[in-house]
Amino acid sequence: MNRTYELMFIVRPDMLEEDLNKLTSTLESQVTTSGGVVKSVDNWGKRRLAYTVRKFSDGIYVLLTAEGSGGLIHELERRLRVTEPVIKFLTVRIDEEQKRLDKIKKIRESRKKAPPPAPAEAGGETAAVTA
Amino acid sequence: MADETRPTTTEHSSGGDRPDRGERRGPRPAGGPGGGREGGRKYFRRKKVCKFCVEKIEAINYKDVRLLAQFVAESGKIVPRRLTGVCTPHQRRLSTAIKQARNIALLPFAGRAS
Repeated sequence: MNRTYELMFIVRPDMLEEDLNKLTSTLESQVTTSGGVVKSVDNWGKRRLAYTVRKFSDGIYVLLTAEGSGGLIHELERRLRVTEPVIKFLTVRIDEEQKRLDKIKKIRESRKKAPPPAPAEAGGETAAVTA
Repeated sequence: MADETRPTTTEHSSGGDRPDRGERRGPRPAGGPGGGREGGRKYFRRKKVCKFCVEKIEAINYKDVRLLAQFVAESGKIVPRRLTGVCTPHQRRLSTAIKQARNIALLPFAGRAS
């Protein structure tokens, strides 16, 4: 029940800010009622799209990071699909990736704290390889 | 097509100490420019290193368009790794990220990225 998802959606550019806020708060409440946690909401603002989507060439990008089950995302996406101003969305699961990154960071940090035995030896080794 | 090297094949190179561009032909003239190689290819393309390995960039996100756009051609196509020098695991992640970015209209499917 602790999958972390990143949901990015694009809203049509001629949407008013208060409507956008209303929409995001609706989504947030949906997350919390389904037993999830909203990590962050990031509004990228208006950006030029790389190709026209439903005859729009600009769009307002919003990034929502939430933690919850798969069913939560299913519900969110269903809502977004019927919401008229939302023209595109993409959900990515990020907890596995985050785990991998944390692991790498930990390895790097432990390597920094306890440098490899005899750094001179390691230096000599690499010198031999590149020679 | 016969002239192009195939970097992803086995290390069948003679001598075995040529880690990349594994040549399947006979021994090359030592040192000099790719010797006897036609097709207008640049001589002895310098050993390309994987940008991600060197700079230790671990997370390739679909959101950083500037990074991804470096690996996308003018036509919008993903550049093959033999041209960019990216290593295989990073190329796979890069490819997924580019496809995600295309889906969310951060990168075009075809044509110049405006």
